[in-house]
Amino acid sequence: MSIDKETIRHVAHLARIELQPNELEKLFGELHEILGFIDKLSILNVEQIKPTSHILPISNVLREDELHVSLNSDKALENAPSKKGNFFSVPKIIE
Amino acid sequence: MKYQTVIGLEVHLQLNTKTKAFCGCSTDFGKAPNSNVCPVCLGFPGSLPVYNRQALNSAIKLALAFNCQIQEHTKFDRKNYFYPDLPKNYQISQFDLPLSRNGYLDIYTQNLPKRIGITRVHLEEDAGKLIHETGCSLVDFNRTGIPLLEIVSEPDLNSPSEAFDYLNSLKSIIEYLDVSDCDMEKGSLRCDANISLRLLGAKELGVKTELKNMNSFKGVKDALTFEVERQTQLLETNQELVQETRLWDVEKAVTVVMRTKEGAKDYRYFPDPDLTVFIIEESMIAQIKAQLPELPQEKMRRFVKEYGLTEYDAKILVSSKNDAQFAENCIQNYPGEDKKEIVNWLIGPLLSEANLRKVKLHALNLNTNELISLIGFVQRQEISYLCAKNVLSQLIDTGKTTQDLIQEGNLQQISNADALSEVIETVIHENAKSVSDFKAGKTNALMYLVGQVMKKSSGKANPKVVGDLVRRRLS
Repeated sequence: MSIDKETIRHVAHLARIELQPNELEKLFGELHEILGFIDKLSILNVEQIKPTSHILPISNVLREDELHVSLNSDKALENAPSKKGNFFSVPKIIE
Repeated sequence: MKYQTVIGLEVHLQLNTKTKAFCGCSTDFGKAPNSNVCPVCLGFPGSLPVYNRQALNSAIKLALAFNCQIQEHTKFDRKNYFYPDLPKNYQISQFDLPLSRNGYLDIYTQNLPKRIGITRVHLEEDAGKLIHETGCSLVDFNRTGIPLLEIVSEPDLNSPSEAFDYLNSLKSIIEYLDVSDCDMEKGSLRCDANISLRLLGAKELGVKTELKNMNSFKGVKDALTFEVERQTQLLETNQELVQETRLWDVEKAVTVVMRTKEGAKDYRYFPDPDLTVFIIEESMIAQIKAQLPELPQEKMRRFVKEYGLTEYDAKILVSSKNDAQFAENCIQNYPGEDKKEIVNWLIGPLLSEANLRKVKLHALNLNTNELISLIGFVQRQEISYLCAKNVLSQLIDTGKTTQDLIQEGNLQQISNADALSEVIETVIHENAKSVSDFKAGKTNALMYLVGQVMKKSSGKANPKVVGDLVRRRLS
């Protein structure tokens, strides 16, 4: 499996990462290697192996429906780049 | 009709847990902005989500009520996209291993039963709320992380009114289960629709439109009705339909195309490494199944069987859980053999009073015994049906007893011929036209004359006796 530069640009955009031309080159090489590594799976027989979605052998971790103390809104908004009253404020965006 | 309408609905339902899906913040509606938030639901680095046991129970309960197969192995995935109402830049949702699949809902539509397939019911979390101002948008994260269920139907609905009936059945069942407020105005139940048309008999589906922004069941029906017309017109004039998302504009009663970025959505789903998998054991399913309440359809069948109601009447009474309880209480306390007597009162005058006051039947604040006493007065012909309806209204408003209201209003029915003769003479005198109509064989004229007597007696005359007297007087 190989990857072209257009795909890298697309994925970078989806992740909102801005790439400089030299970074694109570097990633192109690195991603090739990573995909090549993963390709090794295709030469192995994995028929008997169940897909793994989590590496820890634990399941059903749940919490009871009990209230905890929330942050007060001053604290919650402390690091906001921009705020208005008790709201976070962002550039106007309507999809 | 040349075309078949094909509709599938996607319902998002907020569960009524006390706390959010992955943290202990309150789910209370209408609190000060950004007061029900914490590092987990704000997506701060290093925070760790843990799912709410009550949410899982409610979800399984609902999936079972919708006849779904609960998957033995289920997990959470991240759905990645950027939007200011989503602080983590991904929504925790489910992709390839949803909680449940392959269910169905039996609905009644145009008085016929129809089975609507449920593709899947899966777990996810709500996003925050955006308020758009000039120049900026304000974000409130109180809603972020409230547990949601996504309930996806098969494209089995074939008209806007079927979609409407499906939503009402769905809501009714959810209310019985008590897992959500189901309040569209508060946004605890939201619905998107997919709709396409195809030539009757065609196998392939037509090009579909996704409809959003409907904030009531009626809005869903209206938007779909508009869309059927719009698509029909395009097809009839050989214009090309494009797959697009359209928003319902309730003011203008039209759907408008939503601007979307180019390229198909690419959410790059992957398993959420912060959350472990869930193994839903048979024993857990059995335990929850045992807790399921009697659902509307079963209750309807039982009302028919136990109390001899018609399906039609029973269906009206069971659509709301509390109303059904109120109705059953009335029926059980009613001493008469024929339960139809009291049921007619429930779905007739009582329901009118409830609609008039914009409340549910059970919220009328009516003492069952007073209602039963009122029905007794009518059956013994001590007051007329017309008067009784007025008394009912006063019973609700004043909380007085039936006995007192009848005495205070001097409402005892007049069945005595002598007492009625004077008013009958006046009516005959004043309505010469109707009298001659009646003599010419028009039976409706008699009804009219009786009506006039009723009116003049303030509803106190016994209509049956009046009818006999008038007929005898004119023959």
